[in-house]
Amino acid sequence: MSSTHDVSRGASHDAIVIGGGLVGAAIAWGLTGQGLQVALLDEGDVAYRASRGNFGLVWAQSKGLGAPHYQRWTRASALAWPDLAADLAARTGRDVGLQQPGGVHLCLSVAEFEDRAAKMARMREEAGNFGFEYRMIRAPELRDMLPGLGPKVVGASWTPYDGHANPLVLLHALHRAFTEAGGTYVPNAKVEADIHAAPHDFAVTAGGQRFAAPRVVLAAGLGNADLAPRFGLSAPVRPQRGQVIVTERTAEVLPMPVTTIRQTTEGSIMLGDSIEEVGFDTRQKPEVIKVIAERAVQSFPWIGRLNIVRAWSALRVMAPDGLPIYDQSETCPGAFTANCHSGVTLAGAHARLLAPMIAAGALDQERLGLLTAKRFNAA
Amino acid sequence: MFRAQSKAHQETIEVFVEGSAVRVPQGATAAAAVLIAGLFRIRETAVTGAPRLPYCMMGVCFDCLAEIDGVANRQSCMVPVTPGMRINVQHGARQTGAAG
Repeated sequence: MSSTHDVSRGASHDAIVIGGGLVGAAIAWGLTGQGLQVALLDEGDVAYRASRGNFGLVWAQSKGLGAPHYQRWTRASALAWPDLAADLAARTGRDVGLQQPGGVHLCLSVAEFEDRAAKMARMREEAGNFGFEYRMIRAPELRDMLPGLGPKVVGASWTPYDGHANPLVLLHALHRAFTEAGGTYVPNAKVEADIHAAPHDFAVTAGGQRFAAPRVVLAAGLGNADLAPRFGLSAPVRPQRGQVIVTERTAEVLPMPVTTIRQTTEGSIMLGDSIEEVGFDTRQKPEVIKVIAERAVQSFPWIGRLNIVRAWSALRVMAPDGLPIYDQSETCPGAFTANCHSGVTLAGAHARLLAPMIAAGALDQERLGLLTAKRFNAA
Repeated sequence: MFRAQSKAHQETIEVFVEGSAVRVPQGATAAAAVLIAGLFRIRETAVTGAPRLPYCMMGVCFDCLAEIDGVANRQSCMVPVTPGMRINVQHGARQTGAAG
């Protein structure tokens, strides 16, 4: 199908994706791979842009405790990642720096270690015949795996599924792959109030232009909360602040990512993983940065000898239960919503699994049925 | 390539750039001392080993990283000279000496 221009209805596409962050760009690129003409509408620098503040983990081991469907979705994405990275490199020349050597979650006390062991055992139990490979590793063996480990570290959980990538290069590569596949990227394009939504018939105004399509995908991060009801959908997401600090480049090598510490391919150490419920407040807080730094230095004392060169905060897109939300509208079929706080980890699933479902017009209920926003309606 | 603006009354102090004694105006920065000394590089980048000299001179670009008095990766444009200061080339990324 090709784009046409109708003065009354605007430029016609096969799909409109609202939101140019990691979620929207991965889906939009995936849709072009299904032969669709796609318009990707990106709000601009006034948006909260969670994708610009990402930590960069491709992380499976802590995802989906008590929600095996989420565990499977995350693992499917981690599995899709190597091919995604290779495909992006071949199409765009950008190396997103994917490494999947497995990852560890460090425990700084016996109580933390025992708690972690119980959680991992439960993850395996819930995985059923899907399987969940992991090991609880005690300090002596861990010291051989991770040079420079601090004396306070009691042990760690390890799974082979984890890794990391450069989130900013990923975002750039997705955008470039999308436009090179013929997609229409529209910057400074906040969707205005004059939304038309009917079954398989949508039109929106953004950036001074009108766009029409039989499909629309809401991937606007925190903006989805207000957009979704306009399409007969629900996206009860709230901001959750995370802060990240980054050290100077160092010659030391951290052989694999840790839940809260990873080394970039250029040698910087990133420290993060704070959680604060502070609404739409993107300021940084020294007390929180201090805790991040203290825990990092307890994990690896040598990190304390490095200078901090940058720090920032960003807002996660968080559902009430911390899981992603995917839906197709019942009143306006053709309208989809995708919400998550793991734009990097889930990029593989969004581009390779979700986009084909959207192109085909139905979400796979076996994979995504339990991730509907309807789960929040139950009494 | 670079020279100090001549100011007849300006006091100078002696510092050592890659071991060579250099007289620089009091209040100058270590980066200025590197430029006065005529070095061709003050650091080699951590990723490709490319040679670099001070550039922005105002603490933004991090191209002037040097080892100053034994401390690696200091932004030399932000460090005022002190008598006898030792300013040396920063070779690649910082070594914390930890992982041994």
